[in-house]
Amino acid sequence: MSALSALFVREMKLATRVGGGALMGALFFLIVVTVVPFGVGPDLNLLARIGPAILWIGALLATLLSLDRLFQADRDDGGLDLVLMGEAPLELVVLIKCLAHWTATGLPLVIASPMLAVFMNMEPVAIGATTLTLLVGTPALTFVGAIGAALTVSLRRGGLLLAILVLPLTVPVMIFGVSAATAAVQEPVPFATPFSILAALGLFSMVLGPIAGAAALRHAGD
Amino acid sequence: MSTSVKRLFGRSLTLDRGGRRVLSDLSFEAAAGSALVVTGANGAGKSTLLRLIAGLLRPVAGDLGLDGGDPELTIPQQCHYFGHMDALKPQLSVEENLGFWRAFTGSADATVFEALARVGLARLASLPAAYLSAGQRRRLAFARLLVTKRPIWLLDEPTSALDAASEARLLEVVGDHLDGGGLVVAATHLALPFARMDSLRLGPSVVEAA
Repeated sequence: MSALSALFVREMKLATRVGGGALMGALFFLIVVTVVPFGVGPDLNLLARIGPAILWIGALLATLLSLDRLFQADRDDGGLDLVLMGEAPLELVVLIKCLAHWTATGLPLVIASPMLAVFMNMEPVAIGATTLTLLVGTPALTFVGAIGAALTVSLRRGGLLLAILVLPLTVPVMIFGVSAATAAVQEPVPFATPFSILAALGLFSMVLGPIAGAAALRHAGD
Repeated sequence: MSTSVKRLFGRSLTLDRGGRRVLSDLSFEAAAGSALVVTGANGAGKSTLLRLIAGLLRPVAGDLGLDGGDPELTIPQQCHYFGHMDALKPQLSVEENLGFWRAFTGSADATVFEALARVGLARLASLPAAYLSAGQRRRLAFARLLVTKRPIWLLDEPTSALDAASEARLLEVVGDHLDGGGLVVAATHLALPFARMDSLRLGPSVVEAA
């Protein structure tokens, strides 16, 4: 187990040092959410209504932005070869890298979202619900995105292709995330229904992402 | 419980890359305690052979085998691969880079500082790897082979970018590994004066003969 904890510690160090992706995602999220009220105009009711959706779109784009280097950095410096040869199961390596990626880039988005929700004139209940859906939903974005990152690991400038590959798979996560957040303030759908499906998608992707990502990495050598 | 490695062999290995046959019906044998030095022109398939042993490429035909060693582990899991790329993160310090590979590869042998002293980098332990010269990066990458114990060392151009003193030190370390019953397969086009060595020459003739 020490191999995997060492990997987690290293990934966190890399994310938080110069050139790491930790702050980049949060700043991009800030930009997207800040720009929307300027574009939409000062209609406070409209902003409150689209708030959860804007926060979710911002979180999705910020996650995709930082995913393309998830495995590519290791491949470029030869570290991926050593990981492939090693005794640590590749599925667990992918899982740990995803968890570290989420802790470094997803968790800051969740923490920043209540503050940005104020920009969108959202009610306290809606703010709480949106933050909760992001907490449950952003890991799913990372795990699904890891599949795309593994598939495009050998491509230069694979970032855009990654987004195209992964976007259809992240759409269900976003739909249920936004509908759960809206259901918290609007009748008639209860909050728990879409929220349970969102949680299920998160757990499902937590299993699928590492297995599919590891399979893609194994075949990226040739 | 691991037993010592006795012999690594390949039988009629054939491998294609990018639609081109790189290795064709190649057989080799490397015995523990002596180095198998693989020579050949650029593109003859030296690196390909090492990556094949490391499990990073799959042969079209033929097989690899190992006498002795730990039956619970695959051949790649018993290999150290010292390739062209150094597997170093520029943001991390020398000590952090090596410490990570020590923890990740398991079965620790020397401590980080012992290994750094062995390759002459002990004074630079806290320096970010971004500031290292090409030769220093190479030596730090080589220190990875010392922090965890694995019986088979696959060395791809091990002395490139090294000065004479570092090269002598590297040869001494490899000599110690061989004395301890280790097995070395080294690809090179420079003369590597190992104490005990066999050689395998790869060339266009090998490919065309088949």
